[in-house]
Amino acid sequence: MKFKNYLTEIDNVAIFPIISLVIFVTIFAVAAIYAFSADKNKMKDNANIPLN
Amino acid sequence: MIQKEHFFYDNKIVKQFGIATMFWGIVGMLVGVVIALQLAFPALNLGIPYTTFGRLRPIHTNAVIFAFVGNAVFAGAYYIFQRVLKARMYSDLLSKIHLWGWQLIIVVGAVSLALGYTTSKEYAELEWPIDIAITLIWVVFGINMMGTMLRRRERHMYVAIWFFIGTWVAVAMLHIVNSFALPYSWFGSYSAFAGVQDALVQWWYGHNAVAFFLTTPFLGLMYYFVPKAANRPVYSYRWSIIHFWALIFIYIWAGPHHLLYTALPGWAQALGTVFSIMLILPSWGGMLNGLFTIRGAWDKVKEDPILKMFIVALTCYGMATLEGPLLSIKSLNAISHYTDWTVAHVHIGALGFNGFMVFGMLYYMIPKMWNTDLYSRKMANTHFLIGTIGILLYAIPLYWAAFTQSLMWKQFTESGQLKYQFLETVTHIVPAYIIRAIGGALYLFGASMAVYNLAKTMKKGSFVANEAASAVPFRALPVQAPEGHKVHWHTRLIERRPVTLTILSLVAVAIGGLVELTPSLLVDKDVPVISVVKPYTPLELAGRDIYVREGCYNCHSQMIRPFRDEIARYGEYSKAGEFIYDRPFQWGSKRTGPDLHRIGGKYSNAWHYAHMDNPQEISPGSIMPAYPWLLQNKANTALLPNKIRTLRKLGVPYPEGYDEKAIAEYEKQAQEVTGKLKEEKIKGATADKEIIALIAYMQRLGTDIKQLDKANTTASAE
Repeated sequence: MKFKNYLTEIDNVAIFPIISLVIFVTIFAVAAIYAFSADKNKMKDNANIPLN
Repeated sequence: MIQKEHFFYDNKIVKQFGIATMFWGIVGMLVGVVIALQLAFPALNLGIPYTTFGRLRPIHTNAVIFAFVGNAVFAGAYYIFQRVLKARMYSDLLSKIHLWGWQLIIVVGAVSLALGYTTSKEYAELEWPIDIAITLIWVVFGINMMGTMLRRRERHMYVAIWFFIGTWVAVAMLHIVNSFALPYSWFGSYSAFAGVQDALVQWWYGHNAVAFFLTTPFLGLMYYFVPKAANRPVYSYRWSIIHFWALIFIYIWAGPHHLLYTALPGWAQALGTVFSIMLILPSWGGMLNGLFTIRGAWDKVKEDPILKMFIVALTCYGMATLEGPLLSIKSLNAISHYTDWTVAHVHIGALGFNGFMVFGMLYYMIPKMWNTDLYSRKMANTHFLIGTIGILLYAIPLYWAAFTQSLMWKQFTESGQLKYQFLETVTHIVPAYIIRAIGGALYLFGASMAVYNLAKTMKKGSFVANEAASAVPFRALPVQAPEGHKVHWHTRLIERRPVTLTILSLVAVAIGGLVELTPSLLVDKDVPVISVVKPYTPLELAGRDIYVREGCYNCHSQMIRPFRDEIARYGEYSKAGEFIYDRPFQWGSKRTGPDLHRIGGKYSNAWHYAHMDNPQEISPGSIMPAYPWLLQNKANTALLPNKIRTLRKLGVPYPEGYDEKAIAEYEKQAQEVTGKLKEEKIKGATADKEIIALIAYMQRLGTDIKQLDKANTTASAE
C-alpha cells in the first residue's frame, strides 16, 4: 500500500516556489528603492508628525 | 496668513475602548490562570460542561485576542488617527456602533463558547451568526477610518496609519475566507473546506491572526507611542516604510509552518518555512527602529515606567519574531510542535509584546486625556517588575516542559520499545504547569495594579471628552514641499492617497494567500478518494459533533507525523486522503493528551465509557477532565437530517434520500454499540445517550485504511 502525496501531482508545481522567490525579491527591491530614494528632509518632516 | 480651523478630538470613544480593554483584560487573564491550574489540578474543571478546559481555553484565547487586545487596538487607533491626521473621527455614531457592537460580539461569543457552540477552528471558533456580526462591525470600523483619512488636515499620512490600514484589509480577507461554512442550524455549521484544505485555510488564518491582529496594529501603536513617550521622532522613517511593505507582504505566506510534517503537500510546507525565515528581516528592522528611537532617551528609561514597558515589549517582539522563524525550520519544529513550546512562544508575544505595549499605551494616554499625572509612578514601576517576573515564570518552565516531554516522547529502550507511556511524559511536567500558573497569576496581579492605578488617575483628573485642536485646512496645505525638501513620487502617488494605499495593501496581502491557497483548493477533485474511506455514519457524525462541541481538539491532535516514535506510539502515519470527510478538520495543535487519529479499535467500548466518566480511575495521574454529563445527556437527533442534507450540499456522497433514513440508521448503530457495552458488563448504558455517539466516532477514527490492509492481505493470499 503506497500513498503518494496526492497534491504534489499538480502540474508544474515547481513553478510556485520560483514565482514566490521572484515576487519576494522584486517586492523587497522595490520597497528598498522606494524608501531610500526619498528625500532626507521630507523623511524628517514625516517622522516628526506625531510630535507636532 | 491662512486661518486655522478649530475642531475637537473625540476622547470619549478612546476612554470607552480603553476601559473595555482593562475590563476584558482582567477577565481574559483570569480565565487563563484558571485553565493553567486545571492542567495541574483536573478537579478544577468542576465536572460540569461550561467550565471544562475544552470550552474555557477558546474563551481565554478569544477574550485576550479579540476583547483585551482588540479593544486596545481600537482605543489606540482612535487616539492616533485623530492626532496624526488632525481631524475628529469621521462619525461619532459609527464610533459608537463600533464600540457597542464589538462588546456585544464579545459577550455573545463568550456565552456561545461556554455553551459549546464552536467551529473548532482556533481563534475563529465563533459560529456563523457572530462571524457575520464581526464582518459588519469591521466594515463600520473601516468606513470610520477611511472617512477620517479623507477629511484629514495633514498631507502625509504618518506610517502608523498604514499599519492600521494593512490590519484592516488583511483581517477582513482572512476572516471572510476562513469563515466559509454552510449552516445546518441557527448556531451550527459545517466548514466549506474539508480535511487538508480546511487545515491549510485555518492555519493561513491562524498564523495571520497573529500577524495582522496581534502584530501589525501593535506596530502602528509602536510608531506613535514610542516616539511620543521618548519625545523623539522615530529613528528611521525609511526603515518604517520598508518595515511596512515587507512585513505585510511576507507575513501572509508563513501559515503552513503550523503544518510541518503533516499531510499537507510538501511544496506548501516549504513555502511556509522559506517565508518564515525571511520574516526575521522586516521584524527585526522594525524592532530595532523602535529600540533605536528610545536610544537617545536612556536617562528617562530609569524613571519612566512607560518607556520601560515599551523596551521590554519590543525586546519580546524581537525574541518572538526570531523564535517563530526558527520554529518553522523542520528539524526544530519536530521537537517543538504539539508541545508547550508553542504555548510559551505565543505568551512571550502576548504577555510581553502585546500586554506591555497596551499597558504602556494606557499609562501614556489616560493621564493625557484626564489632564493630570499618573496617580502613582511607583506602582506602575512595581507593575512593570511584577509583570516581567510573571512573564519569565510563565515561559521558562514551559520551555523546560516542552523540551523534556518531546525528548521523552522520542525515547526508545535498547530493545526498540518506546521508553515512556504518554501519561508518564505528562505527569513528569505537571510541576512546570504549576509554576507557569504562578507566573500567569503574577502577571494578572500586575495588570490589576495597573487597573487600580489608572482608575485612581481618572478619579484624580478631570476628563476632557472633547479636546480642542486646530490646524490649517487640507485644501490650504501646500502641495509642494518647502524649499530644500522634495516631494517624492511615492509620497504623491501612494502615501497621500488613502484609497490607493488601501488597495495596494490588499494586493500585497492577497498575493501570498492566492499562491498558497488556490492550488490546494482547486485540486479538490484531484485528491483521490481512498476507496475504503467512507463518510461518517449518522451516529459517528453526531459523536464527532460532540467531540467538536467539547473542544477535544484543544488537547488531542488527530495527525500522526511520519516519525518512528509516533508510528510506534499511535500507528501508521496520517494520509491526506483520510480526511476528505472531515468538516471541520480536527488535527489540533497541541498534545496535552495523546494523538487520537488511530484510537479506533485500540480500546474497548467499556474502556471509553468508564474513561469519559472518570479518567483518573482508568489512568491514575491523568489530567484529563471528567465528562460525566455525556453519560447522562440524551443525544439530540432532531438536527441529523438537516446535517446530512448540509453535508450532501458540500459534496459528501451520502445517497439521495439518506437524510430521511439517518435517524433510523443512528438508532440501529446505537443499539449495536450499547449491546457491546452490555456484553462488556457496563450497567446503565442506554442507546439514547451522547456517550454512545462519541464512542462510535472514537472507534471509527483512523480505522478505514486498515480495511485496505486487510483487502491487500486477502488479495495476496489468493
